[in-house]
Amino acid sequence: MGRIPLVLLACGSFNPITNQHMRLFELARDHMHHTGRFQVVGGIVSPVSDSYGKRGLAPAQHRVAMARLALHGSGWVTVDDWESRQPDWTETVVTLRHHLQKLLGQQPSAADLQMPHSSLEGSSEPPQLKLLCGADFLDTFRVPGLWRAEHVEELVGRFGLVCVSRGDLQADRAVHESDTLFRHRHNIFLVREWVRNETSATEIRRALRRGLSVKYLLPDAVIDYVREHQLYTWQSEQRNKDAVLRPLGQQGAPSEPLNDS
Amino acid sequence: MYFLQQPKKTKVVLLACGSFNPITNMHLRMFELARDHLEDTGQYEVVQGILSPVGDGYEKKGLIEASHRGEMAKLAAESSSWIGVDTWESRQANWLETVKVLRHHRQELLSREPDTDVVGTAKAGRKRKRMDASNEPRLMLLCGADMLDSFGVPGLWKPEDIEEIVSSYGLVCITRGGSDPEAFIQGSDLLWPHRHNIHVVREWVANDVSATHIRRALRRGHSVRYLLPDPVYIQERRLYTTESEQRNPGVVLAPLQKHAGRHE
Repeated sequence: MGRIPLVLLACGSFNPITNQHMRLFELARDHMHHTGRFQVVGGIVSPVSDSYGKRGLAPAQHRVAMARLALHGSGWVTVDDWESRQPDWTETVVTLRHHLQKLLGQQPSAADLQMPHSSLEGSSEPPQLKLLCGADFLDTFRVPGLWRAEHVEELVGRFGLVCVSRGDLQADRAVHESDTLFRHRHNIFLVREWVRNETSATEIRRALRRGLSVKYLLPDAVIDYVREHQLYTWQSEQRNKDAVLRPLGQQGAPSEPLNDS
Repeated sequence: MYFLQQPKKTKVVLLACGSFNPITNMHLRMFELARDHLEDTGQYEVVQGILSPVGDGYEKKGLIEASHRGEMAKLAAESSSWIGVDTWESRQANWLETVKVLRHHRQELLSREPDTDVVGTAKAGRKRKRMDASNEPRLMLLCGADMLDSFGVPGLWKPEDIEEIVSSYGLVCITRGGSDPEAFIQGSDLLWPHRHNIHVVREWVANDVSATHIRRALRRGHSVRYLLPDPVYIQERRLYTTESEQRNPGVVLAPLQKHAGRHE
């Protein structure tokens, strides 16, 4: 049986993109390849739109531009700005559906996914699209009103997750404690990053506000871009300070998709 | 008009000794963190950073040739305007105590043109002036908390060397998860008198990505991209393998060999 061609999609603020984000792709690719069942043929970074309403979110055009600079020369991961251009915040599942349709609907084109044409040829398996995330993401399912139950079901049942986490057992516990996740545990791939590498975008923005160095935490080209456009300051961190995160505003009556155990 | 007089800042050169096997983003981060920390006090101006890879005579397990380690460090530091690599230590036939490396570099700094801050920009033909003591850049040893902790390992360091390092030079120590440098200093009669010369830089965000971890990943065919400035050099030459990790397997680390002879 041939390997299943696999594309990894990461949704997030990428505010800004960091080496840590790009590591997630590398770790996930190695892991999925080593299972023997998958051939990772592409990776997509999909920055969230400005209407997400998160505190300190820089304009989407900048976040997309920085991601492109960072991934220049990656060879397999690209940036897609479809989600960022939507007029309103897009549910993760909707973004996944969009990208899967694109993946299945058209002839594989090297320009679209920056992968060799031959990697989809010769495989009898249809390509799959899975969501790439960190362990914290699994815990967001517990936040009342943040997720629709049917979306969680579709996310882990139809698509699948590749979840990169530290050596602790946070992700395992999240799967264990939810009947929905447990039911689809074979479609949830837990990737361990044994060393702690917690330099997050939040930390980087903090360092930038304080005039501290962030070199070697993200590519030089991105640092230059941030400086040139003066993106992360004390003022910029105040953006959306009192706003409600868009998903919480949109879903209406709060549901607790994971409070089913 | 009243102008506030800026207190004179001490110029600092940071020297990091280590295996750099291979160099990682974490190593380079140490320099950045140290510089930010020292300059934030308002008392210092960090003018240069020096990476000094250890010589092959150190005989640490899995240590690959100094020529490669030096070259990788050079490539990694290329994008930095102030950090560079010095291969003097790595070219010595035998392993050298850290204090000797410090002495060598201090000598180098002293014999430099007084009005140049960066090695290599001395103007030709200038008459050498004796370096004004107050203008002399202070050489400090940059290290991780694990080096500080290693002061406690019996036989690894000579007490008089530790004394010289913390009194004549100075230490800039970057913390790492699981260690408490301040507690260590507190508990050491040797270090305590020189605590003002030991700068502890707290790294609030854990970043335990080490050269050991990177070598392990490489042995297993895993990606190390974004953990070091550019893995291409390593990949092209297949530098880190199961075989390379077996180098110097049962050998006693050079510093311990030297001191074993001394105590007999």
